Amino acid sequence: MSMEEKQNFQTSQDFSLSILKPSSEDAIAAVIKHCYKKNISLEINGLGSKKNIGKNFQSQKTLDLSNYSGIIKYEPEELYIKVKSGTPIKEIKEELDKKNQQLAFEPNDFGFLFEGESNEGTIGGVLSSNFAGPRRFKVGSARDHILGFKGVNGKGEIIKSGGTVVKNVTGYDLSKIITGSFGTLSIFTEISVKVLPKADLTKTLVIENPHLKKGLEYLNIALGSSTDPSGGVFYPEYFRDQFTFNDLTTEGPITAIRIEGSKLSVDERISQLLKELNVSSKEISILDSSQSNIFWENTRCLKIFTSLKSNLLRVIVPASEVFNLTNKLKPYNVKYFIDWGGNLVWLQLDDVNLNSIKEIRSLVKNLGGYLTIIKAEVSLKASIDIFTIDEVKYKISEKIKKSFDPKRILNPGKMYTGI
Amino acid sequence: MTSIQMPKVQQSILSNKDKIIADLCKIINCDNILSHEDEIRPYETDGLTAYKQKPLLVVLPETVDQVSEVLKYCNENKIKVVPRGAGTGLSGGALPLADCVLLSMGKFNKILEVDYKNKCVVAQPCVTNLAITHAVQDNKFYYAPDPSSQMACSIGGNVAENSGGVHSLKYGTTTNNLLGIQVVLMDGTITRFGGKTLDSEGYDLLGLMTGSEGLLGVTTEVTVKILKSPEVAKAALIGFSSIEDAGSCVTEIIAKGIIPAGMEIMDKALTKATNDFSKAGYPVDAEAMMIIELDGTDSEVSELISTVEVIAKKNKCSSIKMSKSDEERLKFWTGRKAAFPACAKLAPDYMCMDGSIPRSKLAEVLKEIQKLSIKYNLPVANAFHAGDGNLHPLIMFNANDPEQLKKTEEFGAEILKYCVKVGGALTGEHGVGIEKRELMCEAFNDTDIQQQLKIKIALDPNSLLNPGKVYPILRKCAEEGRVHVHGGKTKFPDIPRF
Repeated sequence: MSMEEKQNFQTSQDFSLSILKPSSEDAIAAVIKHCYKKNISLEINGLGSKKNIGKNFQSQKTLDLSNYSGIIKYEPEELYIKVKSGTPIKEIKEELDKKNQQLAFEPNDFGFLFEGESNEGTIGGVLSSNFAGPRRFKVGSARDHILGFKGVNGKGEIIKSGGTVVKNVTGYDLSKIITGSFGTLSIFTEISVKVLPKADLTKTLVIENPHLKKGLEYLNIALGSSTDPSGGVFYPEYFRDQFTFNDLTTEGPITAIRIEGSKLSVDERISQLLKELNVSSKEISILDSSQSNIFWENTRCLKIFTSLKSNLLRVIVPASEVFNLTNKLKPYNVKYFIDWGGNLVWLQLDDVNLNSIKEIRSLVKNLGGYLTIIKAEVSLKASIDIFTIDEVKYKISEKIKKSFDPKRILNPGKMYTGI
Repeated sequence: MTSIQMPKVQQSILSNKDKIIADLCKIINCDNILSHEDEIRPYETDGLTAYKQKPLLVVLPETVDQVSEVLKYCNENKIKVVPRGAGTGLSGGALPLADCVLLSMGKFNKILEVDYKNKCVVAQPCVTNLAITHAVQDNKFYYAPDPSSQMACSIGGNVAENSGGVHSLKYGTTTNNLLGIQVVLMDGTITRFGGKTLDSEGYDLLGLMTGSEGLLGVTTEVTVKILKSPEVAKAALIGFSSIEDAGSCVTEIIAKGIIPAGMEIMDKALTKATNDFSKAGYPVDAEAMMIIELDGTDSEVSELISTVEVIAKKNKCSSIKMSKSDEERLKFWTGRKAAFPACAKLAPDYMCMDGSIPRSKLAEVLKEIQKLSIKYNLPVANAFHAGDGNLHPLIMFNANDPEQLKKTEEFGAEILKYCVKVGGALTGEHGVGIEKRELMCEAFNDTDIQQQLKIKIALDPNSLLNPGKVYPILRKCAEEGRVHVHGGKTKFPDIPRF
């Protein structure tokens, strides 16, 4: 087969199939170009880990990117990795592990929630959804770690922005607007992400039995200290049975603060933190490295919500309003845990109805935040907005959508009706 | 100075000046509208002083509603608007147009709220970058992005340019430290992107606005994250007998898993010039000098410093000097931050470039710059944010010699093209503005640029907000890309740069 024939073969697609699985950038562009011409809407899929997040929408075909996978270039000294968008996170992590590096923003693993087991998804999915784990308040989210991309817009045109260097202000930062757009603007093809060294040592300071107000206060002090914590959570008593660690003696609520760094500095910072928190050694436990890793991995993977039957909301309000929020949630049948050092509430809602979601949404909004419905019962999901948006931003978003995907063929309606 | 093509001047706007002033007087206090030649002269250029153009008039609104009304009026009457903060930008982003209303945000200069509970500061856009740190430093907090012009540059301008600083590798640039903005679009729409929360909902419009160089909206309020100052910071001066050794030392430090708070390299020419100027105690015989700063807890910093020392020795360093006090650490940086005035002593003029390159390509790029220096017969000195790969070559020349000026422009453009060729970027932190506009096609093809222009048109359909900036007017990859300084007289000669 000649080079040219080979290329044609690779990009040729049987467009009559309902699931299209291109394996090259050109083939992805060819699929979208075809769909653009024929007005065919597409659902974009990788490993399906976040398929259930977002609105249900109608599409004529599925664009499956799982065949478009692989590491293009990994340069540990330059602190970046360039990969094809369908590359599984698991594969990327294994590669980074070899050089003791990591994706520092710790993307959530929604597999346990939806499928009862791990499904980290692909890098394309992780960036498209922009959900970051416990280290968020220290290192930022997925959008802070993308350096550049190539992608295909809704007309089938290959576009690019950014590069592989940290500092780059050449033109609009399209990496940001595509990240978190749930595949509604463009399809990522090649992605360059920042990678960072893993810490030598991780320990976790656990303060046992604080009531919520005190627990949040500890988090606030820790985040405002020079001890540089990289994780901070509050788990209420009702989730404690999920955290059985040798070093934890009580069964009440816990505030846990992660400290990472070199051996010397971790111990030094923990003792400094104890002073600043003004807690006695009786009230605390310190998880060693292996227990810490399990603890934070469980948090990142939302393990307490494994195969959750009811509804799960991701609520973001300013840290100062979290306590107020929990008070206001008392009339509802809720359970929650608090991540991001007091900046994120994962809210489990049992016996929920349309009105209660609307009420909660409005009280969250009044506190300067917003909520996203991560999992909802089928009947509820059909009748409620998953993401919210005000009128002005809807109009802007609609225009942005149009500039990338004028015929609305990419994940139409996954975020908002009409977008 | 070489002229640069700007959008066509609308004669009808010029001839309508009196009516425009009368109309704007209905929106804002007439005293805040400047139109006399003497009044508007201070606004004719920004930090890129090579280009000058007086605007039609200058308006200084005092409230968000006034900004909105002015933009709405200009939009309806098809009048171009150029927004301006402190005017310290180095790529000509705030250069006026002859038929534009220059929208100065100068009166938006207050810090509105310091919120320790949410670890953020809410400020109006013309508050200086440094004023934010000053507002919180008594409680040992600070605002991390620290462009060297931080005592004068505005936080709104930082948002427009996505400014960085020596701490960018560890703490990110503006975009990573910004929580929210209030913004006014060209049609007068007032809206907010982000707020006091870590994430914000929907499309990342905050991210899109950051670094958009005033083309998509006018920022009227900024909310930024503040961080607790590290307990200890120490710096070291390390001399090397070759650029290659310095370059491989950088690579090895990063490979070892160390993320320094700052890591700078200067070549021999600049080390000598800055040392002569500021007496910072630099190793002037070294071919390259590194300033590295490490922060954290006491023992952590000691540990890191000794690791760096081992790596430096392994990479054949010729000298190492550790800071023994905070005063000494700051003295190490004084020389580096005085690079601009120091260079002014070497030649009548110099042009400051702003390319970004992969860290590992430093030696290769500097060698290429040396070759070009011989080719063009113009001396060059180099400063490098080694941590984040941002290279600032300073080309020495005499602007009174038109031949030299032309050669300098060609030299500069060749450097930037080489930066792109090795996998870097045209601009790391100064922005495209008018300066690197025609070089955009080195980094992007037509489809890429068209996609960006579609976003512009989506938010500003008449292309009235800061037109002629960032995107090429002509389809050509021309010769520009520099900051031109004559006799050390930049717009703000006292401000440390990059």
